[in-house]
Amino acid sequence: MAGLTPQQHKMHPDPFPRKPWHSVLSVLVVVYLVYSINTMGLDWQRFIDGLGHADKLLDRMFPPNFSRWELLLEGLLESLEIAVISSAAGIFLSLFIGLLAARNFMPNWVSVPVRGFIAICRSFHPVIIAILFVKSVGFGALAGILTLIIATIGFIAKLFAEAIEEISFKQVEAIQATGANFISVILFSVMPQVFSRFIGFATYQFDSNLRNSTMVGIVGAGGLGGTLFSAFQRFDYDFVAAILITIIALILFWEFLSTLVRRIFQCRS
Amino acid sequence: MSQLNHQWQRFTLAQKLSRYSVYLIFVLALVMSMRTVEIIPEFFFDAPEQMMDMFSRMWPIDVAFYPMTVHSAIIETLNIATLGTLVTLIFAIPLALLNASNVVASPAAHWLARFFLVSSRSVNSLVWALLFVAIFGPGVLAGVLAIALRSVGFVGKLLSEALEEIDMGSVEALRATGAPWGAVMLKGYWPQVMPAFYSIVLFRWDINVRESAVLGLVGAGGIGVVLNDSMNLFEWQQVATSLLAIFAVVIMAEVLVVNIRKRMI
Repeated sequence: MAGLTPQQHKMHPDPFPRKPWHSVLSVLVVVYLVYSINTMGLDWQRFIDGLGHADKLLDRMFPPNFSRWELLLEGLLESLEIAVISSAAGIFLSLFIGLLAARNFMPNWVSVPVRGFIAICRSFHPVIIAILFVKSVGFGALAGILTLIIATIGFIAKLFAEAIEEISFKQVEAIQATGANFISVILFSVMPQVFSRFIGFATYQFDSNLRNSTMVGIVGAGGLGGTLFSAFQRFDYDFVAAILITIIALILFWEFLSTLVRRIFQCRS
Repeated sequence: MSQLNHQWQRFTLAQKLSRYSVYLIFVLALVMSMRTVEIIPEFFFDAPEQMMDMFSRMWPIDVAFYPMTVHSAIIETLNIATLGTLVTLIFAIPLALLNASNVVASPAAHWLARFFLVSSRSVNSLVWALLFVAIFGPGVLAGVLAIALRSVGFVGKLLSEALEEIDMGSVEALRATGAPWGAVMLKGYWPQVMPAFYSIVLFRWDINVRESAVLGLVGAGGIGVVLNDSMNLFEWQQVATSLLAIFAVVIMAEVLVVNIRKRMI
């Protein structure tokens, strides 16, 4: 009976202690919600009204209208072209930039500026870069390609540099001991260690370039996004639905293909 | 006498063939694209000159423009990103629970959740914004909802993966005591996914700050509206101010997230 007395009970610590910062956090979230909804002038009536419009919009979107499939196919092909060229060029450039940014291969005066460049590539959204390129090289696929090359460098070069920094130096020393030059050291000791991860990054980046190539057209940089935006502006919502279905199908198809490619190269996800 | 094959090969023939066919298909796709893509070569060679021209128009940066318009637009952008991230959780948490096989063991619920998560991720946030501008009219509401619906797929997928990785021991112990469903959730699952949850939300907030900066281009509020207006008026010095403000905010958000994560983990 002694085990059930309250005095004994108090000796056990509470198994589920309340964390004070948790309640502080929830109070902060509520305060923020009230503040932001007030300052931004979000109002409930507009939301309710909007739901009525959503009903009408969905009515006009279905059934999707594929009758202008030539236009759709043209945009789709241009998107694919943009994605393929920009991935190839961007990944090729990233190989060198990533190597230059790897701190275990390059001295600081090389790797620090290169890292800064990569950070700048990453920090702007592709759409903003696309706007700048559209203004400087004109409308069309070229602006889209240049944009996605920048986006690819920002992502792949960073990951590639990190992959190189993690390699084991035993192979590198073994190859160096044979008297190999720098190029051979890279090709035969660094590349085999990072290649399968690199294919993993590359398939991921192609996926992201494919998604983005259907979007940069909204600001005039070619591809399916342009078709989508003009369909929106002409209120052809059934054609919009057709384009959206095409984009989703394209991305699902690529997801299937990319798992196949990764299995071939035995990448860890 | 059978001869030993001394030739060491890293890959089998089938592996080699499949690898080479991937290379071949990629090269074919690249060549096809290079031949058919519509690029005017003069524009390409002209590009550096045109870029320099654009940057020279941006200089000097119009600092006086910042307090007038840019500051409130930047605050609005941050609010869109934050509120959007909070609204995401309303949809993402139930979908993540449905998608995690150790929480809800029903294949139908699984497929339903996966369908919503994949479609949310496949549609870009700008396209979501276009849809919501068509529904709710131009303004902040469309931006918040676009950010929220785009993030559902990301947060839901990562959260359900975190849920699936937890150690089921404490959950089973709680179930054995006859604890109700809510208690199992709060005291069995939640303590184990909490660090992952906060880091996913912070990560997505960081991405959302970048994305909400461009939503204004299609009329969904924030700094994008200001950027679009000054670009249409060819006020390049004001464009430079907006771009610099976006750059500063994005860097600050990233530094903030990195520091909070370091404290937490």
